[in-house]
Amino acid sequence: MAYALQQLINGISLGMIYGLIAVGYTMVYGIIGMINFAHGDIFMVGAFIALISIVMLISGGIMDGPAAILIVLLVSMCVTALYGWTVERVAYRPLRGSFRLAPLISAIGMSIVLQNYVQVAQGARVKPIEPLLPGGVEVLRADSFIVQFSYMQMLIIAVTLGVLAMFTWLVTRTPLGRAMRACEQDRKMASLLGIDTDRTISLTFVIGAALAAVAGSMYLLRYGVIDFYIGFLAGVKAFTAAVLGGIGSLPGAVLGGLLIGLIETFWSAYFSVQYKDVAAFSILVLVLIFMPTGLLGRAEVEKV
Amino acid sequence: MSGEIAAITMAARPKVAAAAVKDASITALIAFGLFFMLVGLRTDVGPSGGLVLRQRWGEVAILVVLAFVLRLGLVTWRGLRGDAKPATAARTEALRKVGRLVAPVFILLAVALPFIPGTGRYELDLGILVLTYVMLGWGLNIVVGLAGLLDLGYVAFYAVGAYSYALLATTFGLSFWICLPLAGILAAFAGVLLGFPVLRLRGDYLAIVTLAFGEIIRVVLINWASLTGGPNGITGIPRPTFFGLPFSMSGEPDTFAGFFGIEPSPVHRVIFLYYLILVLALLTNWVSIRLRRQPLGRAWEALREDEIACRALGINVTTTKLTAFALGAMFAGIAGSFFATRQGFISPESFTFIESAIILAIVVLGGMGSQIGIAIAALVMIGGFEVFRDLDEWRMLVFGGAMVLIMVVRPRGLVGSRTPTVALGTRRAIGAEHVAEGRG
Repeated sequence: MAYALQQLINGISLGMIYGLIAVGYTMVYGIIGMINFAHGDIFMVGAFIALISIVMLISGGIMDGPAAILIVLLVSMCVTALYGWTVERVAYRPLRGSFRLAPLISAIGMSIVLQNYVQVAQGARVKPIEPLLPGGVEVLRADSFIVQFSYMQMLIIAVTLGVLAMFTWLVTRTPLGRAMRACEQDRKMASLLGIDTDRTISLTFVIGAALAAVAGSMYLLRYGVIDFYIGFLAGVKAFTAAVLGGIGSLPGAVLGGLLIGLIETFWSAYFSVQYKDVAAFSILVLVLIFMPTGLLGRAEVEKV
Repeated sequence: MSGEIAAITMAARPKVAAAAVKDASITALIAFGLFFMLVGLRTDVGPSGGLVLRQRWGEVAILVVLAFVLRLGLVTWRGLRGDAKPATAARTEALRKVGRLVAPVFILLAVALPFIPGTGRYELDLGILVLTYVMLGWGLNIVVGLAGLLDLGYVAFYAVGAYSYALLATTFGLSFWICLPLAGILAAFAGVLLGFPVLRLRGDYLAIVTLAFGEIIRVVLINWASLTGGPNGITGIPRPTFFGLPFSMSGEPDTFAGFFGIEPSPVHRVIFLYYLILVLALLTNWVSIRLRRQPLGRAWEALREDEIACRALGINVTTTKLTAFALGAMFAGIAGSFFATRQGFISPESFTFIESAIILAIVVLGGMGSQIGIAIAALVMIGGFEVFRDLDEWRMLVFGGAMVLIMVVRPRGLVGSRTPTVALGTRRAIGAEHVAEGRG
C-alpha cells in the first residue's frame, strides 16, 4: 500500500512532465494537422539551456532559493521558444500547402539536426548536476518503507499547474487564444476574417516550445542527468499521451500525460523495468487502433 | 521591351539591397540568440565531478556571420530572380528521357565494377553497402512510393530477416540458400501482422504506429536475451557459400577456388557477395516495375492518390494495403539476411530508428516512386556518408539538414514526375507539382 502510494506520487510528477510536452504536440496538431516530430528534441534543448544557466548561476555564486529556479525557468523558456520559432520558420512554413508527408519528413530531419547539433555543441557524454532541492516530506511510514514526497516533486507539480493555468487563460481569454482556436477550426476562414494565420501558427510553436522548456527544466531538476538523446523517447511518450487524451484537446493532453506517467511508473514497479518503453509504445498502438479519437477528443468527420 | 525591364530591375536594386541587409541583420540577431548559450558555453565534467563552463565566443561569432551572409545571399537572389516558375512538363519529359539512358549505363557500371582496374576490397565493400541501401530503398518504395503508406519502422523487417537467418543458420544449420527465401517469408508475415491492425490508420498516425512497432521489435531484441543474445547479438553466423562451395583459403577441391582451379583469394567472397546483392536488388527492381503495370500495382497507386475514390470504385483496400506491406517487408527481410551473412555478426544496434529514417530519406530524396531516382539517392547518400566518415558527429547533422533542405527546395525529390498509367494517344509525363494528392 505504501509502495503503491509512493509510485502514485512518482507517477504523477512524471506524468506532469509528459503532459507539458504533450500540450505542444496537441496544439500544433490541432492548428496545422502535422506531427511536430522535432518537439521531443525541443524539450531536450530546453533541458540543456536550463543546465547551462544553472551552471552559469552556480559559477556566479547565486544558486539558491526559488528566485534562482525562476531565472533558470525563464531563460530556458525564452531561448527554447526562439528555437521553436526558428524550427517552424525554417522547416515547416515553406512546406505549407505542399504534399501531405512533406512536413513530417522535414520534421524528422529537424529532429536529427537538433539532436546532433546538441551533440556536437555540448558533447555526447551525459551531463550530471547536483540536486538543487534535496529532501522532502515524509508522508507515511509503513513498517520499514517510507513514503516520501520530495520538494522537487512538489515543485514540479506546482510549476506545472501554474504554467498550465496561465496557458489555459491565454487560450481561452486572450485575443491570441481566440485567434488560435479560430485557426484550429478553419484556417482558411480565419485568414479571410483578418487573422494573421502565419503569425498565429508561429506563436503556437513559440508557446509549445516554452512549455516544453518548462518540462525540460523540470526533468533536469528531477533526474539530475541529461544527454542529447532524451528527446526521442520523451517525445514519443508525450505524443502517446496527446493521442491517448485525444489529439487536439488541451485538457486531454494533460490527462493523457498523467495516465502515461502513472502507467509507466506502475509498470516498472510491478512488472519489468526493461519493457517499460514497450508498454508506452503498445498503449500508443492500441489507442490509435481501437480509440483513434482518444479520451477527450472529438471524432473527425471526413468530407469528400 | 527588354531594356524597359532592365531599367525597372536597376531601379529596384537599391531597394532590394536595403531590405536584404535589414533582413539579414535580423537573422544574425536570431542566430546569436540561438547559439550564444548552446554553442558559446560548453559544459564539461570538471576535475571535481561537477560541470564547468568553457567559453567559445569565436565559434558563435563565426556562426552569426555565416547566418548573416547566407541570409543576405538568399534574400538578394530571391529579390532579383522574381517569382519562381513551376517546372514545366517538358523538363520532366526530358528528365525521363535522360533517366531511360542513365539506367542501363548504371547497370553496366554496376556489373563491371569488380573488374574495373583500381577496384579493391574497399570499393567493393562500399559497393555492397550502397547496393544494400538501394535494395532497401526499392523495397520501401513499394510501401511509401507506390502505395503511399508512410512506414517509419521499416528497419524492423530488416531486423526480422537478419535474425531469422542468423537463428535458423546457427540453431538448425540450414544453408544460406534455404534461409534466404525463408527470411523473406517470415518478414512478409511480420509485415502482414503489422499491416492488419493499422489498416484503418492514415498518414501521420500510420507513421507513428509503424515507428512504435519498429521500436517494440528493437526493445524485444535487446531484452529477449535467451533467444536473441540480447545487446550482445548473435555471433558466428555462417558465411555464404557458392552453391555449397565454401570460400576458403585452403584451396582444396571442395572449396570455391579449388573447384574452379584458381588461386584462393579473400576477394572472391567479396565479389560473390557483391554480385549477390546486385542480383537481389535488381530482382526487387524488376518485381516492382512489373507489379506496377499489373492491376495490383495500379491499385497501389490509386490508393496513394485517393483512398475514398478507391473504395468507391470497388478496390479491396484491405488486400491492397496488406500486399504492399508484405512485399515491402519481404524485400527488407531478404536484404536483412544478406546483411547477416555478410557481417557474420548482428546486434540490435544495427536496427535503430535512424536506419529507418535513412532508408525513408533515400526514397523521398529519390522522388517517391522513381526507381532510378532512388538508386541515385542511395549512391549519393551512402557514398556521401562514407566520404565524411571522419567527421562522425557532423555527418548526421549534415544528413538531417539535407533532409530538411530537400523537402523545402524540392519536396517531390530528385525525379518528381508522374507518368500516367493509362493514356489516350501519346503518354506524357507531368510535373509532380500538378498532381493533387488525396488523403490515402
